[in-house]
Amino acid sequence: MNMTDSLREVVRRERVFDFLVPRQGPRQGPRLDLSHNTILYLEDLTVSFDGFRAIDNLNLYIEAGELRCIIGPNGAGKSTMMDIITGKTQPDSGSAWFGQSIDLLSLSEAEIAEAGIGRKFQKPTVFEMLTVFQNLELAMAQDKRVWPLLRARLSAEQRDGIEQTLETIGLSDLASEPASRLSHGQKQWLEIGMLLMQQPKLLLVDEPVAGMTHQEMDRTAELLTSLAGERSVVVVEHDMDFVRSIARTVTVLHQGAVLAEGSMEQVQNDARVKEVYLGE
Amino acid sequence: MTRMSLLADDVAGKRFLAILAILCVVVPVANLLVPSDSALHLSTYTVTLLGKYLCYALLAIAADLVWGYLGILSLGHGAFFSLGGYAMGMYLMRQIGDRGVYGNPDLPDFMVFLNWSELPWFWSGFDQFWFAMLMVVLVPGVLAYIFGFLAFRSRVTGVYLSIMTQALTYALMLAFFRNEMGFGGNNGLTDFKDLLGFSLQSDATRVGLFMASALALALGYVLCRYIVQSRLGLVAVAVRDAESRTRFIGYRVEHAKLWIFTFSAVLAGIAGALYVPQVGIINPNEFSPLNSIELIVWVAVGGRATLIGAVVGAVAVNYGKTVLTAALPEVWLFVLGALFVIVTVYFPQGLVGLKSMMMRARA
Repeated sequence: MNMTDSLREVVRRERVFDFLVPRQGPRQGPRLDLSHNTILYLEDLTVSFDGFRAIDNLNLYIEAGELRCIIGPNGAGKSTMMDIITGKTQPDSGSAWFGQSIDLLSLSEAEIAEAGIGRKFQKPTVFEMLTVFQNLELAMAQDKRVWPLLRARLSAEQRDGIEQTLETIGLSDLASEPASRLSHGQKQWLEIGMLLMQQPKLLLVDEPVAGMTHQEMDRTAELLTSLAGERSVVVVEHDMDFVRSIARTVTVLHQGAVLAEGSMEQVQNDARVKEVYLGE
Repeated sequence: MTRMSLLADDVAGKRFLAILAILCVVVPVANLLVPSDSALHLSTYTVTLLGKYLCYALLAIAADLVWGYLGILSLGHGAFFSLGGYAMGMYLMRQIGDRGVYGNPDLPDFMVFLNWSELPWFWSGFDQFWFAMLMVVLVPGVLAYIFGFLAFRSRVTGVYLSIMTQALTYALMLAFFRNEMGFGGNNGLTDFKDLLGFSLQSDATRVGLFMASALALALGYVLCRYIVQSRLGLVAVAVRDAESRTRFIGYRVEHAKLWIFTFSAVLAGIAGALYVPQVGIINPNEFSPLNSIELIVWVAVGGRATLIGAVVGAVAVNYGKTVLTAALPEVWLFVLGALFVIVTVYFPQGLVGLKSMMMRARA
């Protein structure tokens, strides 16, 4: 860019500088703005690690209340994309917006979690020594400073909230068991429950059915479908049967960019997808 | 889930507090009222020994709070204990007045010996009991806060943190060994005469100190129990088992660690302050890393993350130490080492966990 262009860029009249925009911390600031019915905007994202472009000019939009599946071969950039959304990785260029008003790239991991994005990791990490109920109690959206925590008592309302979540994830009977007693699938559900306790608007779920039995898989499919609507759910998954059973819209990632997007049927019949992913 | 009443489902805790209460009645009677030729008489030596154990138990509870519940293996808790002890020792030194060997009304003997002409600034105020007590709480607390602030903010954890705490207490030991520090060098502070006007040599004062230690231990236990039972206690366990996960849910892990660590240091300081008038001396050896490691052995032997276990371990190991060092002094360290290995390998839940272990074995 030469000097005239730079100057023009600086004095552009419609341009609003970052420092003029009130800082949108999770505590103050405008709440999530869904007036355009789109909850997540990823635009022109690029990330490279040591010259390798993990994400290459990625554009992705998620609608409010949508259940979206993201598939792609290993190294397609699925995890890196999740890392950017949750603030773990900063992109080299591009933008990521949560609703109309929250700039994800300016927030820390904790702030993003508080703003309403929950992520479930591949490996379930629940607090093994605490009971299922206590796990949910900790995950609850609440004042997380030291002194309030010391004085905190469970209100009837909070108890109801926890019990409702227990019901949703189907672990009501195991509420007072230590989480270490749960099966692999149950731990995954508990972790989803912990995410729900934070009342996220966008739920990122990383390979939820890896290592699950068929019954557990069906149960998980039901759970995820029931969660969409009130909130948006983005599922990254390898298991094609599972994706077929839940997905309305599928996005295929390849080499850090979107290769195809559409219904499962459309995607499956796409020639390029067949080539790179389905291997047919 | 049931956190309605603090001790409602804590049978062991209720029993423990009851035992402390009984001791507070029996010990004074057996020492002061029962004639000394009676078989039921409790010697002042034993009273002091018991008082010492109670101070150790309080220190062990403090260590268990950070190690058992928060997962911070502090190998430097002896430092906070000693600092509390020194603060009390400085008050006791000032109480000696002109009864010292050199008869100087303002300066403690070791300062006269070093040819110092006036009291260093950091000794001023220690002639006031309230000020000394404030320092007993503040000095260990502030040190722990600063140390914790730097260490936890940099996310130092695990073995590295343990080594740093060890280095902290070692550095303090070396510093306090120096005469120029103004804390009596390697002799430390001793020859105490009286506390709040009561002679430290009298039986009644000794009994009083024992009761104060019992009270402090009971209060310390209840406070720790309160923390452990609160939601903050849940967060502590969560930090211990999966720190980054806890952070990810949105907890300021550093803050929780910092405040619990600081509180624990304050408890350790109070234990030290009660310990010093009973044993009659505080010197830099109390800072020795070995002491802090021994403390960890007490907690491990008793059973960590139980609080009660820390008390049981502290009393049991120190009783063993008293008996063994009298009979076979040279074996004690071997026994201590062996104890640690055996407990860690075969009884990870310690003495307190033995019962449930045996019940499981029978089932």
